[in-house]
Amino acid sequence: MNYSSFLQMQEELSLLVVIVILLIYDIFAGEKSLRFFQPVAIVLFSIHTILNCIPHHPFEIAGGMYHYVPMLTYVKTILNLGTLIIFLQSQHWLNGEESINRRGEFYFLTLSTLFGMYIMLSAGHFLLFIIGIETASIPMATLVAFNKYTHKSAEAGAKYILSSVFASGLSLFGISMIYGTTGTLYFDDLSGLLNGTPIELMAFVFFVVGLFFKISLVPFHLWTPDVYEGAPTNITSYLSVVSKGSAVFVLFTLFIKVFGNMIDQWQAILYGIIIISITLANLFAIRQQNMKRFLAFSSISQAGYLLLGVISGSATGMSSLVYYLLVYMFSNLAIFGVVSVIEDRTGKINIRDYNALYSTNPKLSMVMALALFSLAGIPPFAGFFSKFFIFSAAFQKGFYILVLIALINTIVSLYYYLLVVRAMFFNTNDHPVESIKSDVSLKISLIICTVAILLIGGFSVVYQQIALLGFGI
Amino acid sequence: MNFLLIFILIPMLMMVGLFFANNRKQINLITLSGSVLLLLSAIGLTFLYLHQRAIGNTAEMLFITDVPWYPAFNIHFLVGVDGISVIMLLLSSIIVFASVLVSWKIDTMPKEYFIWFSLLSAGAFGFFISLDLFTLFFFLEMSLVPKFLLIGIWGSGKKEYSAFKLALMVMGGSVLVLFGILGIYYFSGAESMNLLELAKHTIPLNIQYYLFVSSFVGFGIIGAMFPFHSWVPDGHSSAPTSVSMFLSGISMKLGAYGAFRVAIFLLPEAAHQLAWIFLILAAFSVFYGAFTALAQTDLKYINAYASISHCGLLFFAFLIFNETAITGAFLQMISHGLITALFFATIGMIYSRTHTRMINDMNGLMKVIPFIGVSFTIAGLASLGLPGFSGFIAEMTIFVGAFQETDLLHRVLTLIAATSIVITAVYILRVVGKVLFGTITNKHHLEFADATWWERVSVIVLVIAIAGLGSAPMLFSNMINDSLQPVLNNLMR
Repeated sequence: MNYSSFLQMQEELSLLVVIVILLIYDIFAGEKSLRFFQPVAIVLFSIHTILNCIPHHPFEIAGGMYHYVPMLTYVKTILNLGTLIIFLQSQHWLNGEESINRRGEFYFLTLSTLFGMYIMLSAGHFLLFIIGIETASIPMATLVAFNKYTHKSAEAGAKYILSSVFASGLSLFGISMIYGTTGTLYFDDLSGLLNGTPIELMAFVFFVVGLFFKISLVPFHLWTPDVYEGAPTNITSYLSVVSKGSAVFVLFTLFIKVFGNMIDQWQAILYGIIIISITLANLFAIRQQNMKRFLAFSSISQAGYLLLGVISGSATGMSSLVYYLLVYMFSNLAIFGVVSVIEDRTGKINIRDYNALYSTNPKLSMVMALALFSLAGIPPFAGFFSKFFIFSAAFQKGFYILVLIALINTIVSLYYYLLVVRAMFFNTNDHPVESIKSDVSLKISLIICTVAILLIGGFSVVYQQIALLGFGI
Repeated sequence: MNFLLIFILIPMLMMVGLFFANNRKQINLITLSGSVLLLLSAIGLTFLYLHQRAIGNTAEMLFITDVPWYPAFNIHFLVGVDGISVIMLLLSSIIVFASVLVSWKIDTMPKEYFIWFSLLSAGAFGFFISLDLFTLFFFLEMSLVPKFLLIGIWGSGKKEYSAFKLALMVMGGSVLVLFGILGIYYFSGAESMNLLELAKHTIPLNIQYYLFVSSFVGFGIIGAMFPFHSWVPDGHSSAPTSVSMFLSGISMKLGAYGAFRVAIFLLPEAAHQLAWIFLILAAFSVFYGAFTALAQTDLKYINAYASISHCGLLFFAFLIFNETAITGAFLQMISHGLITALFFATIGMIYSRTHTRMINDMNGLMKVIPFIGVSFTIAGLASLGLPGFSGFIAEMTIFVGAFQETDLLHRVLTLIAATSIVITAVYILRVVGKVLFGTITNKHHLEFADATWWERVSVIVLVIAIAGLGSAPMLFSNMINDSLQPVLNNLMR
């Protein structure tokens, strides 16, 4: 066996190097040198991000266990950027009394989940895929329960691990049926073998439920609001962007690679899932008072929009999906950045507490408003472009009614995003959030997000780069 | 560089400048110079356009710039103008100039106010110059955020309710328009989102029906056609003065203009088949707006309903599909834009002095504020169609065009729409008589100061424009006529 071929997995290897360095540093460094732990972690991870952002030629190793396609580099770069922004946003929280002793764990666990997602994305075999998904979920549950002395955080962690394990169990059951009918688990071999017979359809449904759970689509979303509310805010943003993003992309590649012959069946399933996800999540979001629950429902409905790219199954669908993911990542992280800093400094988390935020924190509320408008899909912000492309991709493949329903739902979503804008700009408040002096790293992260929201749409080069590598049926 | 890009660049530069401005003087300097520059460029563009036509350039669109933007979806950044767009740009720049002057002394957060106002105007200018469906939609939708914030933060009365109502209804309109645009692009089979290119393709009739209804209703919501008008009264009356001027002077016109450029131009067969439904709605909205205005006691509500009536006339005229009526419709767009802006400007001036807009609380204001009183009267008279002002020319042309269609439906609807002229006269004269004449009952009203210089300049510019259009309409109707032919050819195919 030629071990040198493993060196080709440079993205995973470089992440592994970062993880190991940080682990050793955390364990063996003295109290004094640990002060530099966070800057070092961020710098190392940035270097890793920059080194791995240029796509190279497709290859596969270990007989097809591991697959690389150039598009994966972009997806992984989006995940890296998201993680990096979250690292920047979590500085102040990690330096707090409660978490300072555990900051090493935070980085180690976060990067481990990221490593799991890498494996999941590049897997060419169902077993490796499951290993990836589990490597991503178990540290994730630990992260959710990170504030273990807070009742809500511990409860959220338990909820997450239990439902996550159950979902993985269903997936594995589906996979076992696939193995039973076809005798192989390699994606390449499976592509011609699954034709949509009843047992294969059942296998497909069981398998895909596990992924729907990760993406938190209705009706597999019930864990989402509780976990989002209970987890530390920076972990919530990680869940809503990085974890969700990788799962949606994997869903797309699996659908076209493995279940390509069953396109009619999975399109029918997605059709229903998209409609109820977007509609129900939108309706529930209107009534939320807690900012994190609100964002949980908003992210469920955004996941529904993401699936509009999946349902088309085309190359255009894939590139608009990845583009949507990128824009969604920046917009959502800008919002979570503001929410986390306000929660961290004042402990306020209800939408009511945001009343008259503009009078005390004009910059923070401006960033938040821009990001909300971007999520709602209003020009000139980037969210408008990504929404347009994803609608366009679905319309192209003939999903006219679906696009119309999704379009009408954007009105509802505009309404609840505007509720937050109203709180910040229109309402008055006797006890507004006091003026917050944000730390440098948070500022950097918010500036990155804002600039991206303002410029990504206008400069089409970003989309064109992604579109070059899109593939589909 | 293309001359047209100036219209987007100036508002953008204004925004950047305002962002870095740190005192009132700089803010005033930036907004004033920006709006003057816009006005000058629009006048310059008019002459350039006339010059091009005079030397025999018969191209459909002039000053075209075509930059590929998103090649994967055939989206280009494509701008160009014909006579219609040129006069719409002229109208917009006059209204922007007048509204900036009217809000000259705004005291809460002036910097933010003008930043959002510049974004609002950038959207309108961009809309009128785009020839690409995507760019068109981009600019149409861009005005949503500024509208919402301007009304919600700087408005009066039940401003939150109005801001939400306006934002959601306009979003609803945009959503339908977007559906229509996607349909037009994909079903035409064209490799382009260029309006002129798309017009050469024919979409199957059964699909055209859906797309026409979707896009026409979408633009109808934005243009306040009955029964989709309900955001207008609340939105206009809660907005600060200059935003009311902009909303009813320009934003409502975006709907009618879009309905003409997209729905009617690109889906002519369905337009012919379904015209009767919307013709009835439009004629009813002309009558309904005027009739409802009769019962209002708030000055802004009166003008808002009057706007619904006058903008209904635009849709009415477009759906008659003859040259005279459509020419009249565009004249009405400019005329109503200017008149309604003048109306809202003077209402704002009265409100800032009396702090009430209820006509029952005001009497005999003509004696204390003669300048504002006279301007208000001029706006009223122009609105009811007194010859010599622009309103007369525009409505006359529309009704002459409408009477050329001899079948029963058109006759009846024309009659219904024409009754609005009489009703308009009733409510205008009632308001003018009540508010301006008679004896002053409220002693506080005796202390009012007449218009300041910036208010005077703003009003005078608008009055000159109204009287100018009223006395020399040929120039503009020629420019419109030049540009109508391609649309009419498309309609007749």
